[in-house]
Amino acid sequence: MKVLVTVKRVIDYNVKVRVKSDNSDVDLANVKMAINPFCEIAVEEAVRLKEAGVASEIVVVSLGPKAAQEQLRTALALGADRAIMVETDEALESLTVAKLLAKVVEEEQPELIIMGKQAIDSDNNQTGQMLAALTGLPQATFASELKLEGGKALVTREVDGGLQTLSLNLPAIVTTDLRLNEPRYASLPNIMKAKRKPLDTKTPADLGVEVKAHTQLLKVEPPAERQAGIKVDSVEQLVDKLKNEAKVI
Amino acid sequence: MAILVIAEHDNSALKGATLNAVTAASRMGDDIHLLVAGAGCQAVADEAAKVAGVNKVLLADNAAYEHQLAENLSLLVAELGKDYSHVVAPATTTGKNFMPRVAALLDVAQISDIIRVESADTFVRPIYAGNAIATVQSLDAIKVITVRGTGFDAAAAEGGAAAIEAVGGVHDAGISAFVGEEMAKSDRPELTSAQVIISGGRGMGSGENFALLEKVADKLGAAVGASRAAVDAGFVPNDMQVGQTGKIVAPDLYIAVGISGAIQHLAGMKDSKVIVAINKDEEAPIFQVADYGLVADLFDVLPQLEQQL
Repeated sequence: MKVLVTVKRVIDYNVKVRVKSDNSDVDLANVKMAINPFCEIAVEEAVRLKEAGVASEIVVVSLGPKAAQEQLRTALALGADRAIMVETDEALESLTVAKLLAKVVEEEQPELIIMGKQAIDSDNNQTGQMLAALTGLPQATFASELKLEGGKALVTREVDGGLQTLSLNLPAIVTTDLRLNEPRYASLPNIMKAKRKPLDTKTPADLGVEVKAHTQLLKVEPPAERQAGIKVDSVEQLVDKLKNEAKVI
Repeated sequence: MAILVIAEHDNSALKGATLNAVTAASRMGDDIHLLVAGAGCQAVADEAAKVAGVNKVLLADNAAYEHQLAENLSLLVAELGKDYSHVVAPATTTGKNFMPRVAALLDVAQISDIIRVESADTFVRPIYAGNAIATVQSLDAIKVITVRGTGFDAAAAEGGAAAIEAVGGVHDAGISAFVGEEMAKSDRPELTSAQVIISGGRGMGSGENFALLEKVADKLGAAVGASRAAVDAGFVPNDMQVGQTGKIVAPDLYIAVGISGAIQHLAGMKDSKVIVAINKDEEAPIFQVADYGLVADLFDVLPQLEQQL
């Protein structure tokens, strides 16, 4: 089975985000970038399927600026077989990304597509579902367990209040939640090997997709800061403050 | 044009998140229709008709919608949505699941997880785990929006008298099926709707020790939550997680016990009205956002707290 995985280049999750002083956006100049953590889980899941003999080939795709090739190389070092870079310096919204990916899916015909449930920059949580709609494929978002049996994907999902299990016809789209797996680190030999794995570059025009803006970012501001309050000395004092000062109990 | 709000429910009762979404919708326009799609969900439609500010309830009652499968529900909502200026749903795991599909079918963007409405086409939403707040204008004719419940007060559940209209036609994509679910059972309120929440972190030491929190929670009628560290340590299940990767909450009172206050946890609870932190490490970052901090051993504090409430 061919598995397609997507990875997004985002700010490293350990880096503190700062808003630009003109409030036009966040400041990404000279900050460390990495694979979006949920995408890393997607890559890991695909690699485990290959190790289990279920997946035969893993194709990893990224979209955006040329620098995102770094994240594709990381995915190749983690075990993906080849990479496709859809390169553009234009800002890509989720719907456009989904349209571009739909073209890649049409060309590659994977049986399973694994994606992160959301990117930690825009926090949209949309692309997997949009790709599913555009390709007419079934979806299981927020996956915490994935099994392939009898020509179906059996996926356990993290939903409000518990877990839900769905059965999907293949091909299908699965988006990852945190507990699906714990990604490995790439070993040095694998990082070296990844440099020789194939990486194809395409443009949105090659795929016949027009990059269109559906939204306009008007401003980005830092969140309101919360002020630290007071320290109390005892449980009595705490209960008294909550009852008589804050009046919340 | 009118605004279509998609009701969240379990086929027997309307979920509270719907009421917050109705309030958000009322800031975008005043003709609000509420869609109840499910199976055997007449009681939900009756409840929906009473929600203040709702002018019409659309009822799509069919087995295809019983489990809110995204493949089926999105076809229905996209078809209905063509005649509306806005399609709005709560940003719950259900809304997050089917709404982007609706947006793609309508060839429009989705604006996710809004916390404020600036105008009929401009919305405010957190990005980068709440470390930045973006104001976004939609350029599409139909706005597809999911609403973060904590950003809006709940609309009154009573007072309305909307007509209920049945929706004909069934959309069954036939490519996915519900197999089963395991829902956590609890007599306590749900985290996302509780007025008071008491949460434990890694400092709790074990899952058994969460019983100490439960005793206090029972006195306060509170929900019990946890930090990601406590979930990762295997103390409690993931559906108790408060934080950017778990549930976003904003109760009147949030009591953080043995929680250091990682950014990812703060992102999920910093909009609470009053925050109490109990931690033996006085340097813990949680004290920087707490209204009341108590530097003490939680194993001494919790029994005392239970006694004094």
